[in-house]
Amino acid sequence: MQDERTELLKLYRQMLLIRRFEEASAKAYSQGKIGGFLHLYIGQEACAVGTLAALEPRDYVVTTYRDHAQALARGTSARACMAELYGKVTGCSKGLGGSMHFFDADNHMLGGHGIVGGHCPIAAGAALASKYRGDGAVTVCFFGEGSATIGAFHEALALSALWNLPIVFICENNEYSMGTPLSRSLSVHDVSQKGPAFGMERDRFGASDVNEVRARMQVAIDRARNESKPTLIEVALYRYRGHSMSDPGKYRTADEIEERKKTDCLLVAEGKLGALGVTEAELLAIAESVDAEVEDAVQFAEASAEPDESLIEAFTYAPGV
Amino acid sequence: MRELRYREALREAMTEEMVRDERVFIMGEEVGHYQGAYKVTEGMLAQFGEKRVMDTPIAEEGFAGIAIGAAMVGLRPIVEFMTWNFSAVAFDQILSNATKLRQMSGGQFTVPIVFRGPNGAARQTAAQHSHAMETFYAQIPGLKVVVPSTAADAKGLMASAIRDDNPVLVLEDERLYGIKGEVPEGEHLVPIGVAAVRRAGTQCTIATWGKMVPVSLEAAELLAAEGVQCEVIDLRSLRPLDHGTVATSVRKTGRLVIVHEAWPYGGPGAELSDRVQRDCFDSLRAPIVRCTGRDASMPYNKKLEELTIPGSATVTQAVRAVMAY
Repeated sequence: MQDERTELLKLYRQMLLIRRFEEASAKAYSQGKIGGFLHLYIGQEACAVGTLAALEPRDYVVTTYRDHAQALARGTSARACMAELYGKVTGCSKGLGGSMHFFDADNHMLGGHGIVGGHCPIAAGAALASKYRGDGAVTVCFFGEGSATIGAFHEALALSALWNLPIVFICENNEYSMGTPLSRSLSVHDVSQKGPAFGMERDRFGASDVNEVRARMQVAIDRARNESKPTLIEVALYRYRGHSMSDPGKYRTADEIEERKKTDCLLVAEGKLGALGVTEAELLAIAESVDAEVEDAVQFAEASAEPDESLIEAFTYAPGV
Repeated sequence: MRELRYREALREAMTEEMVRDERVFIMGEEVGHYQGAYKVTEGMLAQFGEKRVMDTPIAEEGFAGIAIGAAMVGLRPIVEFMTWNFSAVAFDQILSNATKLRQMSGGQFTVPIVFRGPNGAARQTAAQHSHAMETFYAQIPGLKVVVPSTAADAKGLMASAIRDDNPVLVLEDERLYGIKGEVPEGEHLVPIGVAAVRRAGTQCTIATWGKMVPVSLEAAELLAAEGVQCEVIDLRSLRPLDHGTVATSVRKTGRLVIVHEAWPYGGPGAELSDRVQRDCFDSLRAPIVRCTGRDASMPYNKKLEELTIPGSATVTQAVRAVMAY
């Protein structure tokens, strides 16, 4: 009971940190302090947090351009993440990557990738390396259901299944690939059905309960680690914001969004925490510490230096031969 | 010195590097059990086993990306494209991942990887199987692109490519696989980015690469009989591009003909021309001329194919025009 309480409080705090971090980043974006694209994960937090809670430090994480949550949940500091959004040299990619390209070698966070589906083979490659070396690491690869129509995704699945790679493919199905609903993008709405086509195990569940996500992911991660077999998992979730900050989301009704917010992962976690005896005061204290952490990250980003011009070509080539 | 065929020299480099470094492995279509579509990897499966000589299904984007991911976390893959034509299917992996991960991660990740295979026209393989792909790849910052034209360079450039911490493209040539040449035994490294003077001459510089090197040497021989002494430079590497060696030669000859198989629109030949005209403006006695493949898709017909790619006759014609300017 005590363990369960402590663990859920930890995950709740991570989810809340991601939510507040992204709300602050949306504000900074509207103030013109963050440029380019900004894709928010708000509403989907339990998926990244629940999945990464089931990983070990040696494991690898690969994801899409909607990558803030994965980096934060993997342990990249809010400061380094916010500074990256601001394009500052103190950012997790030295200000050269931006919102879509968060990397953190120390935490085995292999990015933040901008070409839909193009990162799925990269993830399979990390898994291949683990199998080659016998290091026991598992790779998890996140992508949206919008990736399920592109070739790189299918090739990554085909080869991972053929070679029995230790990987978990996680389809974050938020029902819209940018502005196009499932009904107009996929002939088969159940993306997990593509797993059996490659002889791959599958699972499919919702992401409102972070504990449920963690438990279901654990099964697939164990299968990868212990049997060196891939799994395709589809997680049903919902993003409250548009595809990116430039998307007003006119293809959805306010009623639809309000309906989905009733099963918000933070609400569900708060209910469970209440049942475990966590008080309002304790939750408030967590919220205050999260707000302080985000505010500190914003201040840090604001105060940090821009990357020097010398960094334009500095990383084009590795020096070693 | 002992002689090897070009394909054997490539194999010797890969084999020696795989013995030297456990992290090096090769993957590609038919590289293992079939012994290589062009027999470059013949015998390697028996020596290294399936873990390090991996047959792949026909999924260039998939296995190119997998190799990039493996390189990102510390392995050193060699990826064989059965021909470079098929690399177009994997182009996004090379363009958006192999060459971008280091930059986008602020230097946290590197991609030590070799992509290799035969490039350009073979014999009557028609429009979809005859691309000289260097035109596309030499453009991309973050890549190195080498084109060996001799058996010795096939070994030395391949070994250097494998040891390099960056993505290196080795553009081989089906028409060169069978040629023989002296190849040093044991460790033999040819530095990437250094051109070689293949024939000394005083009146006109010919700069070229790949299978246009023997064509240009043949042309130089014909021209010598006419009393025109050409200096033939094999660039060997298109990125980095050793324009300095060419410029030194042009300061002596005052004339430059650039010979390549690829299309005339842009590419490394145009890049070289641009650099040399600035470096050697005062030395040039004639405009720089490019003798290139024709601006068309490759025809199947044997006679038309020969007319589409530069031959010694077209090269001599270009040199004569420059000499007469």
